[in-house]
Amino acid sequence: MTTAAVPVPVPISIPVREILPWAVLTAILSLVLLYFVGTAQGADSIIHEFVHDGRHLLGFPCH
Amino acid sequence: MKIGTVLVRGMLAGLLAAVLAFAFASVFGEPQVDNAIAVEEAGAGHDHGGAAEPGAEEEEVVSRGVQSTLGLAVATGAYGLAFGGLFALAFAFSYGRVGRLSARATAGVLGIVAFVTVFLVPFLKYPSNPPAVGQPDTINTRTTWYFVMVLISVVAAIAATVLASRLAARLGSWNAVLLGVLGYLVVVGVAALLLPVVNEVPEGFPASLLWNFRVASLGTQLLLWAGIGLLFGVFIERATRRVAAARA
Repeated sequence: MTTAAVPVPVPISIPVREILPWAVLTAILSLVLLYFVGTAQGADSIIHEFVHDGRHLLGFPCH
Repeated sequence: MKIGTVLVRGMLAGLLAAVLAFAFASVFGEPQVDNAIAVEEAGAGHDHGGAAEPGAEEEEVVSRGVQSTLGLAVATGAYGLAFGGLFALAFAFSYGRVGRLSARATAGVLGIVAFVTVFLVPFLKYPSNPPAVGQPDTINTRTTWYFVMVLISVVAAIAATVLASRLAARLGSWNAVLLGVLGYLVVVGVAALLLPVVNEVPEGFPASLLWNFRVASLGTQLLLWAGIGLLFGVFIERATRRVAAARA
């Protein structure tokens, strides 16, 4: 196996200054997605009913 | 390594893990959802999705057929994508900072920590429930308490990680990690004691059905997080090797 000869690289961390703007953007977009999957947002809306089974099985409160 | 590289791999791992979780949820979870709805329609529980008079056609916004297939797939996919991205960020912050673990080992440890803090601990306080369990008029407060529990758990885990990595130089890694875990457990334990109790299982609801549903829910989440941690580990290891090769 040729891959076995490649040494495992020493961890080089990514500077926090580079991560932060991406962190803000990703966090906001992710929270919006999770809001639609995981919350009631007015029980009888289409999105709410559409993701109904997923919400129950992923552990979010529902009725 | 570029942060964009990390994020793309996180989202890809999240989506692929969601496919696994979706398959598991379809096979093991959906029958329990159907059983619970059958119990509900037999009268033990509240109405669900409109007036369910015996014999009358239930008014559905989205049909059960769509909810249990496409709806479940989109929900799991969105959840996997969102947490795949957040997982990649957590990785970017911790790689090379928390101990000297390799990229793949960091991803594996993060996967376990994320499963426990994002899902398992909140689940122990507020377990998942099938349809027919839980009153419609308390859904907003129940959702709020659930999210509060998740938030406390995640913040406590981040604080414990920072604490442990600061103490590691003085106490050694084993002792520092144990202290971090202990601190986390104390915080979530106190939170679980103080947050309100929710017990809305209807009288006569089958205990075995409740158990089966919760196990299916646990399995779905376990597959999702195992998938994210392990797949991301494979993808990121390749990326770090490529970066190392380019430097050499």
